[in-house]
This record gives sequence, C-alpha cells and structure tokens, in this order.
Amino acid sequence: MSNDPTHQFLVNKIVPIEIGGIDFSFTNASLFMVATVSAAAGFLYLTTSQRGVIPTRMQSVSELSYEFIASMLREGAGSHGMKFFPMVFSLFMFILTANLLGMFPYFFTVTSQIIVTFALAVFVVGTVILYGFYKHGLGFLKLFVPHGVPGALLPLVVTIEVISFLSRPISLSVRLFANMLAGHITLKVFAGFVASLSAFGALGIGGAILPLIMTVALTGLEFLVAFLQAYVFAVLTCMYLNDAVHPGSH
Amino acid sequence: MFVTAAYAQQSTTTEGAEAHDAPAAGEVHTETGVAHEAEHGSGVFPPFDSSHFASQLLWLAITFGLFYLLMSKVIIPRIGGILAKRHDRIAQDLDEASRLKGEADAAIASYEQELANARTKGHSIADTAREEAKSKATADRAAVEADLTKKITAAETRIADIKSKALADVGAIAEETATAVVKQLIGGNVTKTEIAAAVKASAGN
Repeated sequence: MSNDPTHQFLVNKIVPIEIGGIDFSFTNASLFMVATVSAAAGFLYLTTSQRGVIPTRMQSVSELSYEFIASMLREGAGSHGMKFFPMVFSLFMFILTANLLGMFPYFFTVTSQIIVTFALAVFVVGTVILYGFYKHGLGFLKLFVPHGVPGALLPLVVTIEVISFLSRPISLSVRLFANMLAGHITLKVFAGFVASLSAFGALGIGGAILPLIMTVALTGLEFLVAFLQAYVFAVLTCMYLNDAVHPGSH
Repeated sequence: MFVTAAYAQQSTTTEGAEAHDAPAAGEVHTETGVAHEAEHGSGVFPPFDSSHFASQLLWLAITFGLFYLLMSKVIIPRIGGILAKRHDRIAQDLDEASRLKGEADAAIASYEQELANARTKGHSIADTAREEAKSKATADRAAVEADLTKKITAAETRIADIKSKALADVGAIAEETATAVVKQLIGGNVTKTEIAAAVKASAGN
C-alpha cells in the first residue's frame, strides 16, 4: 500500500473533533496548514526582526518577496489595487510555503487538496464580486460588456464573458491542485520504479538508474512548479482584482 | 501487510463517519457533487473524498485567517516600514549630496564671477591707459601740426611780402634801366611818366 501513489494524499485524523454532527477533526492536512503558516510567518517575522537599513541575506529574501508581490499588484491592478496587498501577499506566501513544504518526503501537500485550492479561489473571486458591487454598484456589471462591440454581437459576447467569469474559481483552483497532485504522483511513481527495480538484484539496480535520474530531474522541476504555481495564482488574483477596481477597462 | 490492514480499518471508520455525516455534509457543500458520487466506490481518490472537506475548510479558515491577520497587522507594516525607512534614508542622502553639489557649484560660479570681474577690470584699466596715451598723442600731434601750420603761414606771408616787394622793385629797376638805356641810345631826355607807361605796357604784354 505504501507504493500506492495516491497514498500521500490521504487525510488522516489526528485529533477527532465533531461539532453538530459534522467532522471537524484536526487531521494531517490541518497539521500541515499550521506548519505552513508557522513556517511562513516565522520566517518573515524572524528575518525582519533586526529592521536593518542594510538588510541581511535572509531579510532581503523577505523584502524581495514583499516587493515582488507589491510590483506585481501595482502592475496588475494599479495603485488603487494596493489595498488588496495583504490579501495577495498572504495568498502567495501561503501557497508557496505549502508547495515547498510538500516537497519534503513524507510531508503532506496542503495544496494538493481540491477543497483547499477551491476555497482559496472562491475567496479571491468572492472578494472581487463583493468589492466590485460595493465600490461600483451595478456599474460593476460593465465588466461583462466590453467596449466597441457591435449591438448584434453583444448578447453572445456578454454570455461568453459571464461564462468565463464563472469558470474563474474552477480554473484557478484546478490549475494549482492538478499541478501539485500530478507532480507528486509522477515523482512517487518514478521513485517507486527505483525501489521495485532494485529489488531484482544487480541487473535491477543497473536498470533503476534511469528512473533515479528521472526522479532527480523531476524533483528539480517540482520545485520550479511549486514556485511557478504560487506565482501564477498571485498574478491571476491581481488580474481578477483589477476587474473589481476598474470594471469595464478591458 | 500491516499497512494494508491499518488502511482497511481506517477506511471503514471513515465510511462509518460518512454515513453519519451524510445529510449535514450534503446540505453544506453542494458544490462537491462529483466527489459525493465518487465516494460510494471503495477506492475513492483521496483528494475527492468529501468526508474531510468540512474539517479542511474549517482548519484552512482558521490557519489562513490567522496568517492573513499576522501578515496585515505585523509583517507587512514591518517590511513596509523597513523599505520606507531605507527609501527615506536614500532620498535624504541624495538630497544632502545635491545640496553639497549646489554649494560646490555656487563656489565655482562665484570663483568664475570673480575671475571674470578681474579680467574685465584689467581690460578696462588697459583700455583707459591706451585711450589716454592715444588722446595725448593725438593732442600732441595736433599741437605740433598747429604750430607748424602757423609757422608755414608766417613763412608764406613773409615770402608773399618779399615777392610783392620784389615785384614792385622790378618796375622801378625797369624804369631806371629803361631811362638809362634810352639815354644811352638816343641821348635825349625822356620824361619819367613816358618811361613808366612804356614799362607798364610791356609788363602788361
């Protein structure tokens, strides 16, 4: 069973909690959420505790991530979008840390659970909808009516715009979830080949070299994907927030 | 084998819990319909197992909410403060540098000004000296020329005087000569007035 590539995604109860007949147990997923938050917040807190004008290496990592997200948001949603900076920064740091923690063997990957990524995506799109209506009232609906479209085509275009808007939480969540899931399964399968081939003696060990190289290469790729998916999630969040801040500008 | 047994046992407990939770979970999470269908199979794909969705959502809300609060209240103001402080410091240093540069420029400008002033002053001194010398020379020359002209005029008057006197003498000499010649030639006496008229007539020719 330990060779089952999906075994790593199993959620196990650590402290069973049940409230009103609903299972709210503290699971290994919960544990790694806590670990993610602790690691990310702890890193950012400890590295910036010196408040140095000349930063140490670790402090400049924290500053770099801050400026990276700040410039991303400013480019994506303009200076009015900067009020969402804590949200985008938290999302990016949370997803990045969760993805990177998932790279440790035997660690649980929080972002490989569709419900987690879906909840984060709903949080983003929900913020866009709530802020859009709060700020622009019904003017937010201009988002679905692009400029310069001939009247005859308008119903079709608006339908397409509405569908594309509604598919955002799905595409946003599935992209992250599927990338993490597929990457970890592939890694597990290739690593499993190494273990099972080397059980066949000398010839097997010789044959296991190829999947071993593959595993090493894939590990590197997975680190890239871990960063890239956090980046993509943050960039798309910035783009969607731009719709809430400036509807009808595209 | 041990792992398999443990897994089997665990899956039965999970299924038991699912059966118990099914109505409530169904009410709360309608969007997980796909997973609901899948979970009836024994080998449900773990990420789609909706029995733990409620727990995941709750703990995500708790941990992410806490993380968000920490970020917005502590970390972001802190890093923002560090960056702003550095930015201010750099701006301040740049201001100081530009102020010093301004001072240096002003010093250079005043030096250049002094130099230009001195140069113009030197020029003006030289010019005045030259002008003075020139005007003095002109005046001297004018005086000398005037003196010379006076002398020339005086000389010319004297020459004219002598000339007119000489010319007047020429008439008298001619008369005397003519009288003497006439006396010698014809021995007769000719009146003075006749001689004078003749001389005047020949002189007029």
